[in-house]
Amino acid sequence: MTDGFFAMGGYAVYVWSSYGVVALVLIGVTLWTVLAFRRAKADLRALEAIAPRRRRRDTKESGHAQS
Amino acid sequence: MRWNRGEAILADATATANPSGGFWHRLANPARFQRLAGWLTPWLAAAAVGLFAAGLYFGLYASPIDYQQKDNVRIMYVHVPAAWLAMMSYSTLAIAGFVLLVWRHPLADVAGVAAAPVGAAFTFLALVTGAIWGQPTWGTWWVWDARLTSVLILFFLFLGYIALRNAFDEPERAAKAAAILGLVGAVNLPIIKFSVDWWNTLHQPASVTRLGTPAIDPAMLRPLMLMAGAYMCLFTVLVLVRMRLELTRRRIDALQSARAGAIE
Amino acid sequence: MNGFFAVLGRDLAIARREGGEALLAVIFFILGTVLFPLGVGPDPQLLAAVAAGLIWVMALLATLLALDRLFQADWRDGALELMAISPESLTVIVAAKCLAHWLLTGLPMAVAAPLMALLLNLPPDGWLTLVAALLLGGPALSLIGAVCAALLVGARRGGVLMTLLALPLYIPTLIFGAGAVEAAVGGFDASAHLALLGATTLAAMALCPWAAAAALRHAME
Repeated sequence: MTDGFFAMGGYAVYVWSSYGVVALVLIGVTLWTVLAFRRAKADLRALEAIAPRRRRRDTKESGHAQS
Repeated sequence: MRWNRGEAILADATATANPSGGFWHRLANPARFQRLAGWLTPWLAAAAVGLFAAGLYFGLYASPIDYQQKDNVRIMYVHVPAAWLAMMSYSTLAIAGFVLLVWRHPLADVAGVAAAPVGAAFTFLALVTGAIWGQPTWGTWWVWDARLTSVLILFFLFLGYIALRNAFDEPERAAKAAAILGLVGAVNLPIIKFSVDWWNTLHQPASVTRLGTPAIDPAMLRPLMLMAGAYMCLFTVLVLVRMRLELTRRRIDALQSARAGAIE
Repeated sequence: MNGFFAVLGRDLAIARREGGEALLAVIFFILGTVLFPLGVGPDPQLLAAVAAGLIWVMALLATLLALDRLFQADWRDGALELMAISPESLTVIVAAKCLAHWLLTGLPMAVAAPLMALLLNLPPDGWLTLVAALLLGGPALSLIGAVCAALLVGARRGGVLMTLLALPLYIPTLIFGAGAVEAAVGGFDASAHLALLGATTLAAMALCPWAAAAALRHAME
């Protein structure tokens, strides 16, 4: 049964390469985005640690620093 | 939701507290947006994962094969939603550009910057999966019909937007130029589609292929909609995270230049 | 209107001083077109089949090449800022510059086109339509290109971006223009194509100088 699944009625190359490229690109873009965001957050935290006394208008308003 | 004029938005965004402000310009506050986006993202991500799982199950396994295309029709479940998302991404760009130019909403440019690479990725996928689908079904990897040509130009528009955005030193100018490109492209795409249609009817290609999707059996509609939902959730997650990324980067730049200014 | 003719005369005078440089577009047009048979072989049937589209594509590329002559030099030496604060409307000034640009690119190309048609074995039925189409569509190319050039004035890597920006916008003009010639060659009526070309140019004349002026003003803020 699983044999037939992977064979995709003879269109295996096409179906699997399509799904494969979709997975590759979507996972790739997601990873790229998430990793870049994590790095930026870390950089920001490092910068703000050096200058803790800089009060920001929006922290006063929101009650806590941005995540 | 109340709409306010440009100056009011800016004044409010820079005001210390304005509890009576309308939804959009309260959202313009970066910290507030970050919190809202940060709260929303995990839910959407979970929804995306669930929808992908269901979509893949139904798409690859629990759905019928097409009478003519057999299993090859399964490519439709990744191809058609990609094309839809390509359009949706470009609309986001164009609308963001419009909002920037007309209302000068501070987040408009951020949204455009965030959506562009994601849109380019979906457009790329639409083109590639479309070509892979087309080869066994219609015997050709590519054909110059109006729809495919427009999607190809759309891909270049995304690349152009990204390149244009990075081409200027002054961020304001980059944002405005990119916004104009977004709007011009939105007008130009239908014109291109019309003119290629025109050109095709004149040249009457030897094999007039009907490059539409096959007639949709309800059992096929389910994986299609599931995958479309999954793509949309993923798109929203990616755009929200990229917006937060962009805002964070701007904050870093601001801190660094303040630091440099203080040192002098 | 004084400003219009003053700027027109100025741009043309600058071009005369530059000599061959100013005619870059038409030189590229001719040389590029000539290159093609050398690349694909001299088979007259083949050349005739592609001649209409090829001549139009070369016209597009040649216009593109000459686009940064429009604003770049004036931007660099500050003349553009003077134009912006002059009493004459910037829109009118841009329109004058576009006219000068077309006189140096589109018009010479339309004049050279019959010779190109001869070299590429385009049937003589199409020659008149070719010239008409280039005359009708050429201004659109200069005008649309002006908007792109204005958006990109002073940008890094402006040349590559110009291509990316302008070519999608040029596609309808290309399709209508080449289509007109092919229709004429095939013995069909080309008036619909020419009408569309004319409409494109008219729309461009109405919208582009204003849009380019707006983009220039943004650039100079």
